[in-house]
Amino acid sequence: MSRPERRLESRPESRPIPGRAGASVEQEQTRHLEQLLSAKEVVVVCGPGGVGKTTISASLAATAAARLGGRVLVLTVDPARRLADALGIGGLGNVARRVPDEAFAVAGVRPTGELYAAMLDMSESWDALVRRHAPDLGTANEILANPLYRNLTRRFAQGHDYIAMERLYELHEQGEYDLLVVDTPPSLNALDLLDAPGRMAEFFSSRLLRWLIVPYRSRLVNFASRPFYQVADRILGSQFLEDLAEFFILFQTMRDGFVARSEAVNRLIRDVRTTFVVVTTLEAVPAVDAEQLIESLRDRRLHLGLLVCNKVLPGSFSDAPVGRTAELLGQRAGELANSLADRVPVEPATESRPSGEMIGRVLAEVARSFANFRLVATREAELLRELSAAHEVTATVPYHPGHVTDLHGLLDVGAKIWGDEVAVATEKAGFRGARPSRGSRGPGRGSPSGTSRGRVAGASTEDRKHQSDKPESGGGS
Amino acid sequence: MPELLAYQLLFVTGKGGVGKTTVAAAIALLASEQGRRTLVCEVEPKGDLARAYECGPTPFSGRRISENLVAMSMDTEASMREYLRVVAKVPTIGHIGPVARAFDFVATAAPGIKEILTVGKLCFEIRASRYDLVVVDASSTGNVVGELAAPTGINELIRVGVVRSQTDWILEILGDPTRTGAVIVTTPEEMPVTEAVDLAARLASETPVHLACVVANRVLPELFGHSEELVFNELARSATLDLLARELETSNELVEEVLAAARLAVTVRRDGVAHLERLRAEIASDVPLLYLPYLFARAHGLRAVRQVARALSEELLT
Repeated sequence: MSRPERRLESRPESRPIPGRAGASVEQEQTRHLEQLLSAKEVVVVCGPGGVGKTTISASLAATAAARLGGRVLVLTVDPARRLADALGIGGLGNVARRVPDEAFAVAGVRPTGELYAAMLDMSESWDALVRRHAPDLGTANEILANPLYRNLTRRFAQGHDYIAMERLYELHEQGEYDLLVVDTPPSLNALDLLDAPGRMAEFFSSRLLRWLIVPYRSRLVNFASRPFYQVADRILGSQFLEDLAEFFILFQTMRDGFVARSEAVNRLIRDVRTTFVVVTTLEAVPAVDAEQLIESLRDRRLHLGLLVCNKVLPGSFSDAPVGRTAELLGQRAGELANSLADRVPVEPATESRPSGEMIGRVLAEVARSFANFRLVATREAELLRELSAAHEVTATVPYHPGHVTDLHGLLDVGAKIWGDEVAVATEKAGFRGARPSRGSRGPGRGSPSGTSRGRVAGASTEDRKHQSDKPESGGGS
Repeated sequence: MPELLAYQLLFVTGKGGVGKTTVAAAIALLASEQGRRTLVCEVEPKGDLARAYECGPTPFSGRRISENLVAMSMDTEASMREYLRVVAKVPTIGHIGPVARAFDFVATAAPGIKEILTVGKLCFEIRASRYDLVVVDASSTGNVVGELAAPTGINELIRVGVVRSQTDWILEILGDPTRTGAVIVTTPEEMPVTEAVDLAARLASETPVHLACVVANRVLPELFGHSEELVFNELARSATLDLLARELETSNELVEEVLAAARLAVTVRRDGVAHLERLRAEIASDVPLLYLPYLFARAHGLRAVRQVARALSEELLT
């Protein structure tokens, strides 16, 4: 695959930034990201399902560890097995594991910091929470053994949001890491994630919980809750209500701890040290979801650090001269095929020359496929324009066939987010047919490639010589 | 009538972002066009269905889309009210205001209640014969098993009460492979296929619902056969490239860009094919696998639903 070192023509930031002579948008983006990740301690990566949140989270963390230094932890929810293996966290639970420097070495990078990865194990995290907040070991064990508890923690989807935030808080409290990047579970509604801690506190303070508990202790049912019992009894049966009450009496013992904790988690989300990264693809439905998410972050005065548009088709599809060439190729396929037919070398496998007809078919197909993809790319460009207007710092990550399966691939994606399009040797990452970049044709690339490369801790063979050039900002200490 | 449309209750699920809603909307559209009185319901009320049909909000009470097609969004609280009124015959619903307010918590606290109100409402529509087919734009992979397993779970947890007495007929509908089926939607990518395979296994082991088919959505067209690809590789060699550029009176670079774009298309498709092969190998061989093409044209809204419906109809007839 070719990865033209170029942005979509329509992208607003491809122009130099007014009033900042000499600073290209890419440099500006790099600076922004380095500042962001140096200043913040917590990065919450969110977005609609299926857009590559996990990959982006891991890329941000790996690149921050490589370039900015410090101890960086990525907390992922459910990574693809190969990604988990690449990070060395396959089959592991909540325990953070250091991604070995050898993994970076294979990718041709000597990281300035340390990268850790952990998976978010929902039920393990709930259990840990219970053990922490239960008044004594006996109560903790009783809760853990309760079948309703098992049910609740497994099925309570909003609970997953809470757990993600809660684990984040815990890790932040422990203070072992300079930067925490958390990949969030897919929510029904993005707001769920943001409101989860508040709702958890509310739940423990709710009248309902009192209602559930009171009649079990005394048969005194007050006026307000009587209708509730009549209905609940009728629907659920009193036996179930008693089971439920028993469970909540146990749960109630953890109330104060839980409420205090949820409030603290809430504060962390709103803290100046926390930022949100919204990830989306440039397809209609995810883009709308992402826009809603950005709006709700804004409504809640939460910090949106970056918008990442993932899996964007290469800029060549919306490049007018390339498009004209493709059209010509299609229109003149037959004629071109005829003049090529006797000059295409003999195929060793079949010991024959391809017919003019076949060459024509291939050329026509090439043109048709280009036209198809151009349609998609044009749509993407428009969505990108709309989304970039909603938020000034937008990074685009080009479509990568296959999956990012190793650190090398993650760092390559990271370079795209950083905005310095470093030519990393690409075979390993699943990019095929990479060619040397033709920087001269790229619009708005202010910096000579040498200077931007020097900053980068992961690059192709010749770039590795520049390893001694440390990143300018020593991150997150 | 194609086999798929002969079901009475179809749960369409899959990883988030694979096009679940579009496929559900297309199945419903197709069925309604064949004269089946069809209800399509989105379980997670995000408005995706309204976007798919390009219509206004689809409330719990339903919105008529066309003659035989009604769309609705699940609202478990409304479902409970309806249930109390219609089935349990609990009068004076207004007096249980606090219940309504606290409902979310009850449903959360009592595992499976929300799920059973969802599944129960859908089964009820079938039982009451108000529709011939109910298509459910169900929860994504993570939650759908919980939903479909809820009636069984409730049966174990709740030993008396109205809910208990209702679960038997719900289970009967859910467990009947001639009436109820699950449709797993996936795309030719690693995670969606992995989740589809896992989900198929979990449906079989944890729920009474039988897997009706797997839909591979957004499958790219095949660009070349093998011999054509050899020719293509030849075109990309510098000598041929020079020739092409000269004939087109343009630069090598531009021609190369066009060829690179085609190579991207070939690569993307090939990666997808590998995932589809894995899907086919790991899903039971008697489960049909339907392929829907990638829509290069505007891939959302009613037009996309119609295109998917057409493609689906062709797949169902072959």
